[in-house]
Amino acid sequence: MSEKTLTRMELNEALFREVGLSRNESSDLVESVLNHLSDALVAGETVKISSFGTFKVCDKTERIGRNPKTGEEAVITPRRVLSFRPSHLMKERVSAGNSD
Amino acid sequence: MIRSELVQKIADENPHLYQKDVERIVGTIFDEIINAMAAGDRVELRGFGAFSVKKRKARLGRNPRTGEAVNVAEKHVAFFKTGKLLRDRLNRI
Repeated sequence: MSEKTLTRMELNEALFREVGLSRNESSDLVESVLNHLSDALVAGETVKISSFGTFKVCDKTERIGRNPKTGEEAVITPRRVLSFRPSHLMKERVSAGNSD
Repeated sequence: MIRSELVQKIADENPHLYQKDVERIVGTIFDEIINAMAAGDRVELRGFGAFSVKKRKARLGRNPRTGEAVNVAEKHVAFFKTGKLLRDRLNRI
């Protein structure tokens, strides 16, 4: 597997290249998309992007965990976590693209 | 929120863009992420989260209906880890 990492910079570049937006506008729009996704999730909404995947917020109740290093018991406070379920298309493409 | 609602929000904020362009913009962003993962690359969007590809080893599974043992081949799956800022915002820190 390669070690490359795609960041905001490459997404900005893709909008510049594919859509022909200016670099500034590309970067504003990437930011805007990420902000809308985040805001909806923080508001507790499920975000469903067809042919990409679904982001869902799950409420976790308090539980007793352990510090894996010391073995000491600790209370894990209730929290909200995000779970992502890839679409069929993403699953297929990731699976096909990485099989040798 | 679904894809079309996201497109609508972006379109409302950018009246100088056609709806069609906004659809392409949103589509390009998600396509690029999938393309990178299909190439085995990692996608890191600070504050939001990171997408990566994880290898799942071949294993002996079971048909839950019949209890029969079946071979499950090695595969690669998409994985998302929530970014620190978003994780904190979800918990109002």
